Amino acid sequence: MSETRYTKDHEYIRLEGDIATIGITDFAQKQLGDVVYVELPEAGLAFVKGAQAAVVESVKAASEVYAPVSGDVTEVNSALEGAPAIVNEDPAGAGWFMKMRIHDASEFNDLMDEAAYQAFVQSCC
Amino acid sequence: MLNQQGRPTAAGAGEQSARATFTSNRGLQMEEALIFEIGRRDVSGVDLDEPEAFSSRLGAHARVGEIGLPGLSEPETVRHYVRLSQKNYAIDSGLYPLGSCTMKHNPRLNEAMARLPGFADIHPLQPQSSVPGALALMDELSHWLLVLTNMEAVAMSPKAGAHGELCGMAAIKTAIDARGEGATRRIVLVPESAHGTNPATAASIGFEVKAVPAGADGKVHPDAVRALMGPDVAAIMLTNPNTCGLFETEIVEIAQILHEGGGYFYCDGANFNAIVGKARPGDLGVDAMHINLHKTFSTPHGGGGPGSGPVVLSARLAPFAPVPFLRRDGERLALVEHEEGTSSLGRLTAFHGQMGMFVRALSYILSHGADGLKQASEDAVLNANYVRACLADVMSLPFGNKPCMHEVLFDDSWLKDTGVTTLDFAKAMIDEGYHPMTMYFPLVVHGAMLIEPTESESRAALDLFIMTLRDLAMSALRGETERFIGAPYLAPRRRLDETRAARSPILRWVKPMRVE
Repeated sequence: MSETRYTKDHEYIRLEGDIATIGITDFAQKQLGDVVYVELPEAGLAFVKGAQAAVVESVKAASEVYAPVSGDVTEVNSALEGAPAIVNEDPAGAGWFMKMRIHDASEFNDLMDEAAYQAFVQSCC
Repeated sequence: MLNQQGRPTAAGAGEQSARATFTSNRGLQMEEALIFEIGRRDVSGVDLDEPEAFSSRLGAHARVGEIGLPGLSEPETVRHYVRLSQKNYAIDSGLYPLGSCTMKHNPRLNEAMARLPGFADIHPLQPQSSVPGALALMDELSHWLLVLTNMEAVAMSPKAGAHGELCGMAAIKTAIDARGEGATRRIVLVPESAHGTNPATAASIGFEVKAVPAGADGKVHPDAVRALMGPDVAAIMLTNPNTCGLFETEIVEIAQILHEGGGYFYCDGANFNAIVGKARPGDLGVDAMHINLHKTFSTPHGGGGPGSGPVVLSARLAPFAPVPFLRRDGERLALVEHEEGTSSLGRLTAFHGQMGMFVRALSYILSHGADGLKQASEDAVLNANYVRACLADVMSLPFGNKPCMHEVLFDDSWLKDTGVTTLDFAKAMIDEGYHPMTMYFPLVVHGAMLIEPTESESRAALDLFIMTLRDLAMSALRGETERFIGAPYLAPRRRLDETRAARSPILRWVKPMRVE
């Protein structure tokens, strides 16, 4: 059973147990355009909420991806290094960035749910 | 074949000039290979005698196989480079809406001055006593740059804008270290609309970058700066006029916030062309600013010549200026070459800067005079506002239809639901014979189109440009998407595949197989 939350920086966080799978939303990949490079952190690193964890570069811009919650990186999607197009093709599935073991469930609960995120996208963009 | 944006990359159905030719040339537009791919090994521009018998001492180091030099006669070589030069769209061939952001018109008087033997034929390793004229010219240019900016000192050696940023930020770092705050003042504030070089410069000096959000009106607000200001902030890097083409009206208060908090104010002088003779950075609280001589003072750049980015410094930063700098001893000028005994941040380049550009910039300043420089700024702003006023009813302005500075920024909200993107619109401009404007920058505006006509375009040239953009805009709004998504139809190459170029760049030239 998983639950998905979203940040204002257009990241999604899918929580299963205490493992969060993090990536960018379909809206984010559309805004970025064709992704050409993804720089991922090393597994084992710890991030506090809001710290820069990854970089995603598209034909239009380079953007930072911030840790949406505090936690330890348990796994990164190294498939993206050779095939960044996966982020455009399947951002919510095969295009995930990294998995983190989260420290504090309340940080997750404070994020937007699907309905709130859709409303946010409608209002801001 | 379609690229990954679904746009045709090669001649195909619907193209207006699809007929293939035997030579691959299109009319008088030549298909030119690289110089290493043309010519023959047995051809040369000069006749050399066969070498006499000799014994080599290179042993195993002797080259085996072809040296790979191109084999062309003199006329073939001339043609090769002339054809390449004709492929270049330049400020000398047409209106260039990138404006001074890249380079503005290079007056030919500057070129004549730079070719005077006394300036052109000297060498940086000559004894200083043999080049008093060159030193005097540097001194006079320094003087006028300080007059125009009302600053205390100027570092002439930086080679271009980003190098100037490095110089200014290094001066700030040196000043902070001298105060003993090097370990604690580690943050540099950079507005979201900044040039990408600003955060890159701060980071390469070792600072941590924090973004200052832009207000809804496209400007930086003092409250946003105040909220981030603290004893850990070293400086702010602000461009004025900013990249949205707007004058930062709260700049004096922002400078005060930085100064009261113990920080410095770096101004990115890329857009100085809009305010020369109208406002002086020294009066606005600026501590350091680079001046792109190729942007504001009409020197050539890119293929035409090297950049040059002198940095003006406030009294607070002047003691930390890099070496070499000019020092006057009575009537005599000398370059101080070594930092020992000074508080200088050290040396940034081998020599004293781009002498040829100094000559051109001084020529520009002296030939325009105070009134001429002021008028150039006014005309640059007037031209941008003329473009704005003539296009505001069809294209959309992100911050409302209000006066801009020397460049006007449109967004892509007017293209919504047309199926045409900013990139498509820019490509269609190429078919009309115009180089596109700056696109997708600044990032704070969606689908940005930033147009800077500069002061040198005539009313007639602007009218034709405006009518062309109106024709394209009306066409997009009428739903004539074919004109855009297939563009450029008439350029030597069709739409390039930017994604493939970025994802799998070919970084090594491989000699093509030759059919003998």
